Amino acid sequence: MSHLTLDQSLIDHARDLARRIARQVYDDMHRFTTTSVERATLRLMGVDGVDADQVPLPNRLVSHLQDQGLLSHGAAVTVAGAMIEHGLDIQEVAQAVADGRLPLRRPKNEPAARHQADDMAARMCERIAANRGMRAEAIARCGEARTPWLYLIVATGNIYEDIVQARVAAEQGADVIAVIRSTGQSLLDYVPYGATTEGFGGTYATQENFRLMRAALDEVGHKIGRYIRLTNYCSGLCMPEIAAMGAMERLDMMLNDSMYGIIFRDINMQRTFIDQFFSRMVNAYAGIIINTGEDNYLTTADAYEAAHTVLASQLINEQFAYLSGLKPDQMGLGHAFEINPALENGFLWELAHAQLVRQVFPEACLKYMPPTKHMTGNIFKGHIQDALFNVVSVLTQQNIHLLGMMTEAIHTPLMQDRFLAIQNARYVFGNLRDLHEEIQFTPGGQIERRAQEALAETATLLREIEQTGLPAAIAKGTFADISRTLTGGKGLDGVVAKAADYHNPFPALMLPALMLDEERGS
Amino acid sequence: MSEHLHQEKWIRPYGDTMDDGRVQLSFTLPVSLDENAKEAARQLALRMGIEEPSVVHSESMGPGFAFFVVYGQCKHRVDMGRIKVARPEFEVLGKDAVNAKIAQLMGRKLVVVGACIETDAHTVGIDAIMNMKGFNGHKGLESYHEIRAINMGAQVDSEELVARAIEEKADAILVSQVVTQKNIHLDNLTRLSDILEAEGLRNRVILVVGGPRISHELAKELGYDAGFGPGCYAENVASFVIEEWARRHAVRQGA
Repeated sequence: MSHLTLDQSLIDHARDLARRIARQVYDDMHRFTTTSVERATLRLMGVDGVDADQVPLPNRLVSHLQDQGLLSHGAAVTVAGAMIEHGLDIQEVAQAVADGRLPLRRPKNEPAARHQADDMAARMCERIAANRGMRAEAIARCGEARTPWLYLIVATGNIYEDIVQARVAAEQGADVIAVIRSTGQSLLDYVPYGATTEGFGGTYATQENFRLMRAALDEVGHKIGRYIRLTNYCSGLCMPEIAAMGAMERLDMMLNDSMYGIIFRDINMQRTFIDQFFSRMVNAYAGIIINTGEDNYLTTADAYEAAHTVLASQLINEQFAYLSGLKPDQMGLGHAFEINPALENGFLWELAHAQLVRQVFPEACLKYMPPTKHMTGNIFKGHIQDALFNVVSVLTQQNIHLLGMMTEAIHTPLMQDRFLAIQNARYVFGNLRDLHEEIQFTPGGQIERRAQEALAETATLLREIEQTGLPAAIAKGTFADISRTLTGGKGLDGVVAKAADYHNPFPALMLPALMLDEERGS
Repeated sequence: MSEHLHQEKWIRPYGDTMDDGRVQLSFTLPVSLDENAKEAARQLALRMGIEEPSVVHSESMGPGFAFFVVYGQCKHRVDMGRIKVARPEFEVLGKDAVNAKIAQLMGRKLVVVGACIETDAHTVGIDAIMNMKGFNGHKGLESYHEIRAINMGAQVDSEELVARAIEEKADAILVSQVVTQKNIHLDNLTRLSDILEAEGLRNRVILVVGGPRISHELAKELGYDAGFGPGCYAENVASFVIEEWARRHAVRQGA
């Protein structure tokens, strides 16, 4: 489709403002670590399992270090020191600490402990790099779908039932399977353990559940000749740990927003900014495509009036992503089809917004989300709303297409809801496949003017945010009409100032050289 | 109403002729599609009370699952004359009229505390009723100058909600429940009402629940004063709350 005429210098200006906004937050937060970053670090070094009360050992270790006032040095070196001094492997150290048999203290030989930690981290990075290689090889062997990829959610609460549904969905045409989490998991300050068969509105994200679903999708992908991507939710209080688990089990996508937890889960701002940096670094290294959550703004605020907040947030998310080493094709920047269907010409505005996002982020792996807010129990109308959404997606060349369900407003999808949703999308995508090459936007027409207007509003908003700083902007309710403060919300007690000798072995291994120089320089 | 005055009115679905009973249904069977599967779909419809079922569409959904669309005639009828659904009895006022009524009857602001309780993380409903912006052009309770509206947001523990209600001397508590998988909303709602009872607050506060799967009848069963489902806006809730407050305080308008 011919492009909308947009002012490139305004786009560059907006991007530059977003870069400064993200950089300011990064510089302010860089002096801190969090309990969840340290737990993720220990998981990546090999700590796993739970104690008799089902408390994960990474939590036991980090709580112990926090009680001893040692967490500010970083968990990795202290734990590696204990390994050397007691001749134990890391799991044995974790178990001994959990049993109360081994109080941890600063290593006697700090350089040796550091070396040990760095070695273990390097081995994990080799494993993650091998996973990346396996993914590339599987895609080369099986092939992969054309975009927009069909993204489907399973959410039975029982991982074994999820696997049945995911296999059927893949055979029907799904390209991406997301296992939605049990409601409330984002606010748990630990990651549950093992395979789980009970959940509410979703299935717990556990490393074992990741492994089981990964194996099932590899098998079905092999059978149908298409690599099936697996998605989970790298959000909430355990964002860095979920990233670590996903990297180890070769997930392909993670919902991983820099601000979603702050705004929609009332998780502390500082905690989130620190956690998102580490988790995105792990995702970047593991070749995982992150999905951002701007679609959520539109379920709370009005989708027409708030269109510019989506673009502003995407630009900020993009800059945070760069700081963590993510490449454009790993950035699943999110937006949604949520304009009130009663609004005259609403389809034109949806088209304008989607095409605007496409042109501002030409290389990004955009994620387009279906109508939810204005879906009703009228499933027949809902199916048509989803069809219009499918039209915009294929016309504007979106990459990740979350399938709309006609029963969106009623229940988690039934088997036939997914089946009909896939049929709907395949029909529309197939019938309109090349339409975008055949039609043009009227220069100076309503669609183009709407896109220009949203872009101009975005730049204005980013100028305001740049002046006050992002935390103050969030406190003002800039995004989704929801206000959060720097010291409010859950999880602030997990934010710890780094000591001068703080060491974490992973940034040096995972961040690209350019970012690393900045990391060291600051 | 005595039994002999009851006016019978038996009805069933209308397709294209009165009383033809025509209905459509669609479902998945956990078997691969073949002639036996189609016959199974037909027999299933018969057992549901669908006469002359016709499997108009069947399609394989991959190994082990098949999809069916069935038309037929429902053999059952219901007597409209015997149906009386519980509804909260109140007059729906506009925003200005609600404000005026509160000012006149209470002489102070009406205090409303709301939340999505327990595990429920979906604030769409409570936000639509409480936030300034409201929903679909209907402003939320925050925009009513005679109402102090406190929206505590998602995943609020029942204890936390009750504590806030005490602290704010709330006249009404609004709870939203969107997730209903495995009937978790029933557990959550019962828990809140039990805590209010235990605190001796239940009779002092007007307790209202809303959500896409909530009916007034269900709300009453759970010991709530009212339940609001889809299509209700802030003015419906506000109108009910002030009328219920007036009833409890035996204040008659104009008296």
